[in-house]
Amino acid sequence: MRRLLLLLLLLLPVSAAAEEVVLGLSQDEVAITATFDGSSILIFGAVKRDAPPPSELPLDVVIAVQGPMETVTVRKKARRFGIWVNTSAVEIDVAPSFYAVATTRPLSVALSQTEDLRHRISLDRAVQAIGAAEEAADAPSYLAALKRLRIADGSYLIREGAVALDQETLFRTSIRMPANLTVGNYKTRIFLTRGGQVVDEYETVIYVHKVGLERFLFSLAQEQPLIYGGLSLVIAIAAGWAASAAFAILRR
Amino acid sequence: MTIYLPIAEVSVNAFLLLGLGGIVGILSGMFGVGGGFLLTPLLFFIGIPPAVAVGTQANQIVASSFSGVLAHFKRRTVDLKMGWVLLAGGLAGAAIGVKIFEMLTEIGQVDLMVQLCYVLFLGVIGLLMFIESWNAIRRSKDKAYKPRKRPEKGWVHTWPLKMKFRTSGLYISAIPVVMVGALVGVLSAVMGVGGGFIMVPAMIYLLHMPTKVVVGTSLFQIIFVAAFTTIMHATTNYTVDAVLAVLLLIGGVIGAQIGSIIAVRLKAEQLRILLAGMVLLVCFKIALDLLLTPAELFSIAQEAGK
Repeated sequence: MRRLLLLLLLLLPVSAAAEEVVLGLSQDEVAITATFDGSSILIFGAVKRDAPPPSELPLDVVIAVQGPMETVTVRKKARRFGIWVNTSAVEIDVAPSFYAVATTRPLSVALSQTEDLRHRISLDRAVQAIGAAEEAADAPSYLAALKRLRIADGSYLIREGAVALDQETLFRTSIRMPANLTVGNYKTRIFLTRGGQVVDEYETVIYVHKVGLERFLFSLAQEQPLIYGGLSLVIAIAAGWAASAAFAILRR
Repeated sequence: MTIYLPIAEVSVNAFLLLGLGGIVGILSGMFGVGGGFLLTPLLFFIGIPPAVAVGTQANQIVASSFSGVLAHFKRRTVDLKMGWVLLAGGLAGAAIGVKIFEMLTEIGQVDLMVQLCYVLFLGVIGLLMFIESWNAIRRSKDKAYKPRKRPEKGWVHTWPLKMKFRTSGLYISAIPVVMVGALVGVLSAVMGVGGGFIMVPAMIYLLHMPTKVVVGTSLFQIIFVAAFTTIMHATTNYTVDAVLAVLLLIGGVIGAQIGSIIAVRLKAEQLRILLAGMVLLVCFKIALDLLLTPAELFSIAQEAGK
């Protein structure tokens, strides 16, 4: 029994992680300042192995960065009495505010369907509408619209072939994060695959937060809205008076 | 130079915002309108989330109106008594308007109602003002024309509760004044604007106030309605962006001063026809959006409060 256990212990790490990810990030936090205009994060790393590459199948690297989850409503317009009106809506329960997938080769090659289902890597798996089919007959078209709109504004990125892999060992890619980032933890996952099968997985977090004046104003607005509103009014009145006074002096 | 807006959570060009504020400020000083009917759609266009645009522009209107009203105070073209009476109606109307807004939100057709309100009110008011001021300009050119005397006692003059409004030179019932204020209050709460573009023509054509006094008085009452709206938005929706407001209002207050200088150089009819033209232009643009087949049928709405 003990011998069997020992054998298992010896075998397990070998079969589970014959190849391992060693990761580096150019930055593990994104600080949103007053002049923030999006950010590029360099994700790089190496594949650590104890033995020569175990298989004839080429190695692939799949990187997925996922922003905080939110619930969104997708509305569709239709013509009613000659004007265009929002007539139907589908609520999508879990949609990431930001999602990026970068791979060495096309996702369909680098990742099998089963592994995609298990790890929820592709954009189709990351965005889900539970029970959306009951809200509208053509629910899939709403999901497609969400993805299309978010890809257009840079919130969703699909970068197939954007991960550079040297000697099946060193990999790197850069992910462009747009200016309209939602604050929170951005889950970053790196998968090593061979023949579509995941051989190793590594997970880390990129922390996106506001700093300085941005942080002060945001938390004041959330926690002390009456004071914040009052402050906004005082600024407005003061600015109005200052401009009036300045022009009075100018015209004299 | 791009600036990240903490509440709107987007980054935009600071000079673009200064310019927008400036243009709207000039209009504010010239016509006594808050400019919200113009600024709100413009903010949507540059990518500010609609909720933040509506909340923040209320704050910016406070600034430009205050700047404008000071200039008018110096020229003694503000009828304070009229302003207070209008305001009493205005605040009551705004409270009712907020309730209507809540109801519309529940049905989920608030966007449509706002757009239809814009088209309807901008269209009717713009057209009426345009025709009236066009005739006035033609009359002033035609020297042989004998002005038809306005009936001294219109329907509003027969009502009880008469008050003397010295600055306007009017002796009329307080009831129609409060009613005008309330109507504007309701519409401004529903449409998310100060309501000047409705107030100004209502004062001229319904209350027969002199045009010179109208602008200052309208600005005076807009300050309070917009301040009330700002506080409402800040406390219920958390959608007032102080950084966005500051950028808009720096441009706005300077523009308002320039606008009030332009206003004294122009004739009353010219002022009215210009305002009418602009109101019609915005109306036409919004109507077009409703009528033309949109390029994108789908839109994404984030859940409020996240």
